[in-house]
Amino acid sequence: MQRIGVFICWCGSNIAATVDVERLAQLIKAEPGVVFSADYQYMCSENGQQLIKNAVKDYNLTGIVIGSCSPRMHEATFRKAAESVGLNPYMVEVANLREQCSWIHKDREEATKKALVLLRTAIAKVRLDAPLTAGESPVVKRALVIGGGIAGIQAALDIAEAGFPVDIVEKNPTIGGRMAQLDKTFPTLDCSACILTPKMVDCAQNENIDILSYSEVEDVKGFVGNFKVRIRRKARYVDETKCTGCKVCMEKCPSKKGLNEFNMNLNNRTAIYIPFAQAIPNVAVIDPTQCLKLKTGKCGVCQKFCGAGAIDYTMQDTFVEREYGAIVVATGFRPINVDAFNEYGYSDNKDVITSLELERLMNAAGPTNGVLLRPSDNTHPKVITFIQCVGSRDVSGCGKPYCSKICCMYTAKHAMLIREKYPDTEVHVFYIDVRTPGKNYDEFYRRAVEQYGVDYIKGMVGKVWNENGKLMVQGADLIENEQVVIPSDLVVLATAIEPEPSVRKIATLLTASIDTNNFLNESHPKLRPVESPTAGVYLAGVCQGPKDIPETVSQASACAAKVIGLLVKNHLKTNPCVARPDETACNGCSQCANVCAYGAITYVDKEFRIGGGKTETRRVAQVNPAVCQGCGACTVTCPSGAMDLSGFSTAQILSEVEAICRK
Amino acid sequence: MDKRETGEQILRISGTEIRKCMKCGKCSGRCPAYREMDIKPHQFVGYLIKGKTEKLLESEAIWHCLSCMACVERCPRGVAPQGVIEAVRTTVTRMQGKNGISAEDIPPIVDELIPQQLLVSAYRKYNK
Repeated sequence: MQRIGVFICWCGSNIAATVDVERLAQLIKAEPGVVFSADYQYMCSENGQQLIKNAVKDYNLTGIVIGSCSPRMHEATFRKAAESVGLNPYMVEVANLREQCSWIHKDREEATKKALVLLRTAIAKVRLDAPLTAGESPVVKRALVIGGGIAGIQAALDIAEAGFPVDIVEKNPTIGGRMAQLDKTFPTLDCSACILTPKMVDCAQNENIDILSYSEVEDVKGFVGNFKVRIRRKARYVDETKCTGCKVCMEKCPSKKGLNEFNMNLNNRTAIYIPFAQAIPNVAVIDPTQCLKLKTGKCGVCQKFCGAGAIDYTMQDTFVEREYGAIVVATGFRPINVDAFNEYGYSDNKDVITSLELERLMNAAGPTNGVLLRPSDNTHPKVITFIQCVGSRDVSGCGKPYCSKICCMYTAKHAMLIREKYPDTEVHVFYIDVRTPGKNYDEFYRRAVEQYGVDYIKGMVGKVWNENGKLMVQGADLIENEQVVIPSDLVVLATAIEPEPSVRKIATLLTASIDTNNFLNESHPKLRPVESPTAGVYLAGVCQGPKDIPETVSQASACAAKVIGLLVKNHLKTNPCVARPDETACNGCSQCANVCAYGAITYVDKEFRIGGGKTETRRVAQVNPAVCQGCGACTVTCPSGAMDLSGFSTAQILSEVEAICRK
Repeated sequence: MDKRETGEQILRISGTEIRKCMKCGKCSGRCPAYREMDIKPHQFVGYLIKGKTEKLLESEAIWHCLSCMACVERCPRGVAPQGVIEAVRTTVTRMQGKNGISAEDIPPIVDELIPQQLLVSAYRKYNK
C-alpha cells in the first residue's frame, strides 16, 4: 500500500476564493492510503516546497498528490522537489484545481465538491504509479541540412560557427536556391546575389561545412541523436576535385539547345554547364539528357579541351552513409504551374510571364542582360500590368487555398523598379488586398504608389486576350464600380508558391508530418515553430510555410540554436512514459506501427516457449523508447490490449474513471 | 482649357497630395452629406487620380458638400477630399464666370439662428 501525501495549494486567492481548501485538506484524509494532508498559500514557493520535502521524510511518503495549477505550470517544480528527498519523480501527480476548477466555477460548495473528486482521481492514479527511470541515448555531434538555399545556408553557417560539423545536401549542382535567382530584395532593394553569394562562399570555406551538391537523401534510419542517412551523389560526369571552373568546356560544347533552368527556361545553355557565375561549388556538370557523348557516344569535345582532365563520361551515382544527431529540413519552394488558369492566357501568350521570370528578365546576369524586353519580340514594353493572387487564396482546385505571403511585396518591388528604370512605362497592378505586414513594408508599398505613381486597381482580372499584339487585360475596378480593359504590352502574374515537391519523399523518410498543402508541420504553431513533431528534425524556410527572406533567415538561425542545444549534449534523457508491448499478448497485426506518427514501432520475429520443450516464432511489436513520444495512440489501437503506456497505464486510467464516478 | 489642364488646375487649387490616398473610404464613412452626394468624397480623389475631370465638373455633389472638413480631419493619410471638392467647385464657378453670392446678398438672408461659420463657408463655396 502506498503512503500518500496530499498538498493543496491556495494559489493566493486563485483557488482558495472558490474552493474551501482547509475543509478539502480534512476531507481527503479519509481516502485510503492518504497518511498526510496539508494546505498552504503558495505550494510552489520555497517554503511550500520545503513543506512537501519535510512531509516526505517525516511520514515516509511513497507518493504525492499536489492540488494546484495545471501540471504544465509546475509539475516539473514538484517532481524536482520530490527527487531531492529521494522520491521517484514519477510518483508525483498534479490535480488541476485552478484551470479546471476554481477559475471556471462560481459556486463555492460545488467547486469544493469537484476539487475533492479531482484529488481522489489523482490519488487513484498514484496508488498504481510505479517508479520510472529515464533512459539515456548518445548524441552524434554532426548535423545534416537538407537543402542549400538561404535557409539551409544560414542554418549550416550558424551550426558550424558553434563548432559542430554540418553537411549540406543540395539536389542541384550548386547551392544558392531561389534567392540566387532574384534580382533585388525588398524592402531595401539591395541586389540579391550581392548579399547571398558571400554567404555561399563562407559555406565553401568553412572547415566545419561539407557541401554535398547534386546529391539527394535516399534513406534515413534511426532517431534523435542517432540518425543514419544514406545520400545519393548523382553522377555529374565531372570530377569535382579536378574541375577548376574555367568554363572552356561551355565554350566548346556543341549541344547548345538545353533550357536554362536558372533563367526559368527563358534562354538556352550548353549540355555541360555551370548554372551561374557565382555557383558553389564552381564545378561544371553534364546534363545526360542533352550530352551528345552520353546519348550517342559521338562527341567528347569537352574532354578534349578540359585542361584539368576532369571530364569522366563513365561516372556513376555513388552513395555515402553518414550519422547525424540532428536534421534540418530546408527544401524550399517553387512557383506553381499556372497553365490551369486559362483566363490569364499564360500558355498561349509569350508576353504573359510569371514573377520569377520577370526577376530573370530584370537581372543583369539574365537572358536579356538586365534590359527589360518582352519575350515575344524583344521590344521594350510600354504598358505593364501585374495581376496579384494568381493561384493564391484559390479553392477552385487550380490554385492554393493559402496566401503566398511574398507576392504583394515583390509585386510592389517589380512595379517600383520598372518605374525607376523606365519612367516612360505605365504600370498597373490588380489586387484583392495589399498585405504588407513587416518592418518598413507598408512604407515600401506606399512608395510605389505615391512616389513612383504605380496604378493600383482593387479588383481581379477575369480575362486576358491578344488583340493585334496587345494583351487586353479585362478586370474589375471595385472602387469605381466598373469594368476596365487595359491594353498592355506585358502581363506579369504574381504566382503562388508551393513547397518543393521533393519534400514529400523527405517527410516520409523522416516520418515528419506534412499538411494537405505539403508544408511540413511544426510541433506547435506558436511555441515550437521550428521543431517538427519528430524529435531531432527541425524546419527552416518555406518548407514549413510561405515566408520571405528575413523570416527565413530568422527561422534558420532559430533552427541552428535548437540543433546546437541538442548537439552540445553527450547523452539525451529519454521520456520514460513510453509505450511498452506485452509480447505474450501481441498478435503481430501491425496496427500500432501504422498509427505511430513517430515511427517508433518496429516488428521482430521472436522465439517463444510454448510448453513441452517446444518453441514457436512469432512476430511481435517493439518500441524504440528514444523515439516514442508517449502519445498513447498505439495503446488505444491495439485490438488485443497488448500495448500499454508506462506512467499512463490502462489500469491507471480506468481507476481514475472509477474515482470520478464514485458516489 | 483642355481636360488635362482642368485636372491640373483642380489639383493645384486643392493643394492636396492625392496619391497618398490608400482608398480606405474613411472620408465617405464620416461625411454627413454622403446620402445627398452623387459622387462621394472618396470618388472625388479617385476620379482626379484617374483624370476623369468631366465627371467631377458635372457633379451635383459639389453643391451639397457642407465644407465641414470632417473628411480632412479623419483622413489617415493626410489627404484633403474636401480640398478636391472645393477646387472642383471653384473651377466650375470660374467657368461660369460669376460669383454665386455677393456681400450685399447677405444681410437680407441673415437669420439669427444661422451659424456664422455657415455664412463664411457659403461665401467661400459660391465665389470665384
